[in-house]
Amino acid sequence: MAPSLEEPTQVDFDAPLKAAPKLVAPEPEHCPGPESQQAGQADSCAGCPNQAICASAPKGPDPDIPLITARLSSVKHKILVLSGKGGVGKSTFSTMLSHGFASHPDNMVGLMDTDICGPSIPKMMGVEDETIHVSGEGWEPVWVKENLGVMSVQFMLPGRDDAVIWRGPKKNGLIKKFLMDVCWGELDFLVVDTPPGTSDEHLSVNSFLKASGVDGAVVVTTPQEVSLLDVRKEIDFCRKASIPILGIVENMSGFVCPGCKHESQIFRPSTGGARRLAEDENIPFLGAVPLDPRIGMACDFGESFLTAYPDSPACAAIKEVVRRVGEEMGLTSEEVLPEDDDEVEE
Amino acid sequence: MGLENVRNIILVLSGKGGVGKSSITTQLALTLSLQGHTVGVLDIDLTGPSIPRFFGIEEAKVRQAPGGWVPVDVHTKQTLPSRTQTNGEANGQAGHEVGALSCMSLGFLLRDRGDAVIWRGPKKTAMVRQFLTDVLWPELDYLLIDTPPGTSDEHISLLETLLKNTSPTPSASLPFLAGAVIVTTPQAISISDVKKELNFCRKTSIRVLGVVENMAGFVCPNCSECTNVFSKGGGEIMARDFEVPFLGSVPIDPAFVMLVEEGIRPQYPEGTKIDGQDLSRSEEHNGDGKAGLFVDKYRDCSLYPLFDGFVRRLLQDLGNRT
Repeated sequence: MAPSLEEPTQVDFDAPLKAAPKLVAPEPEHCPGPESQQAGQADSCAGCPNQAICASAPKGPDPDIPLITARLSSVKHKILVLSGKGGVGKSTFSTMLSHGFASHPDNMVGLMDTDICGPSIPKMMGVEDETIHVSGEGWEPVWVKENLGVMSVQFMLPGRDDAVIWRGPKKNGLIKKFLMDVCWGELDFLVVDTPPGTSDEHLSVNSFLKASGVDGAVVVTTPQEVSLLDVRKEIDFCRKASIPILGIVENMSGFVCPGCKHESQIFRPSTGGARRLAEDENIPFLGAVPLDPRIGMACDFGESFLTAYPDSPACAAIKEVVRRVGEEMGLTSEEVLPEDDDEVEE
Repeated sequence: MGLENVRNIILVLSGKGGVGKSSITTQLALTLSLQGHTVGVLDIDLTGPSIPRFFGIEEAKVRQAPGGWVPVDVHTKQTLPSRTQTNGEANGQAGHEVGALSCMSLGFLLRDRGDAVIWRGPKKTAMVRQFLTDVLWPELDYLLIDTPPGTSDEHISLLETLLKNTSPTPSASLPFLAGAVIVTTPQAISISDVKKELNFCRKTSIRVLGVVENMAGFVCPNCSECTNVFSKGGGEIMARDFEVPFLGSVPIDPAFVMLVEEGIRPQYPEGTKIDGQDLSRSEEHNGDGKAGLFVDKYRDCSLYPLFDGFVRRLLQDLGNRT
């Protein structure tokens, strides 16, 4: 059979999300979908071996969503960090954002890593060898410092390098557990780091958090068009899923040679970079973070770049972005990240 | 069955995103083509397809023919004008034979390049299967498969379908699943994700043909000082730990980025030498340097000799197994 050249169909964002019933045969053509209200009753269901299974599967919204909402009712602000492209610095930026928020002693911060197949957050936070503790209340996040907790699939792996070869539904199940069973406690900020793309993890996070409300998404990109191309798709995703966009951050923008201080554009913004994209899409531009090899090194060693190199230009740029994120959420910079003494002098 | 015309299949994998899988795939494809082989590139990154952008064919759309999709041609089999070098030596005596190069990507199916493809696993599985079975590839010496980051739906479906339809040893009737090229960047964060991918290859018994360390070092165009922007040496150590071949390190070359982003023929300042070979060109380009085929311009890139070496090693390795 020749494949159709139809426009790829989009998923229904409002469809109830739950485990699909176990089917005994592949879904037939024009299948209404095992999760839909007409499952088992549509015309095309006649004669399908799955008919009885689909017809008897429970209908309606996911019963776990109220549980998630109750669990997260003590979290004041929820921020997603997104990018269509991989390796642009989502995790790096998520850790910076968390460290930034947590540098205010009154803030309680949680960081959740939803990248199931390539979790980087534990290494960047220097807690790679920790494992999860289960208490009567649920799973205890791993605390990096007294006001910064982290949760990632990495903490559950028996071996550090084990591959997590999972299909979508299994990943969704784990993300749900992260939201439902982790006792985050009273949090001021929950930062959710995501994998690249626009697929299962993103849809799940969105549908699980919809009821409890997300403050918005921070979109990370690098300046070159190859990356912007994928980021445009992510913005389209946010619009379709009605996730508010707090703004766009340009990472790895410009590299200053440590030898001669000559600035090169390693990833050339041939189409105007993130600034232009933000203008075109009419979303706030939060700032540009220069490419500093020390950021990568700090991540490799699991330390906070903000405390390790407080004087670097990259550090100032990051702090500015953290404040802008706070501003977009309607917070003052005192609540988010207090100004340093030396910065006030400037 | 879409793979019956394909002789060898090579996967390009990495656990980490943004390390240059698509960039490496592009360059391997160009180099194979420059060595006279017929090459196909299949992009199974469904939610972030970059291959159309790399080959500069974003406007192209897939055509439908009876029985399947027709891949998009990048260039046909032809003879390129011989390359004149500054040292006066002609590279090929009577021009340079290149093999045909064609691609297939989800990007060719989208109405608008900014459209998001928001699919859950089962839908992606079906699409990957369709890409493997319904594309009408011409006779191909090599099919390179570019993958998304991770070890999830796309990868599982890809391997499920491939293991059924290919042979793990060279055979006359089935395509030969030669193995995988693993791409990483040197820093530890990337290495730890890529180790997961190596374990994925072990579990699925895919042979690792070699590890390429991308973005290893950046030579400042102003003072020629080499900075290891993303540290160095990690890829080689990882390859040794996992007892897989290490193909080599690829530096960041802004001229290659320019070539991809703006289609400008790579040009290096006077006196640029890489591996003792003088790459600077004295003669002026006609026009703005945008003329010519992508593959032709790539011959002037400093990365070409490097990839030429990689490909020779890969092919020798494949040849030894027949």
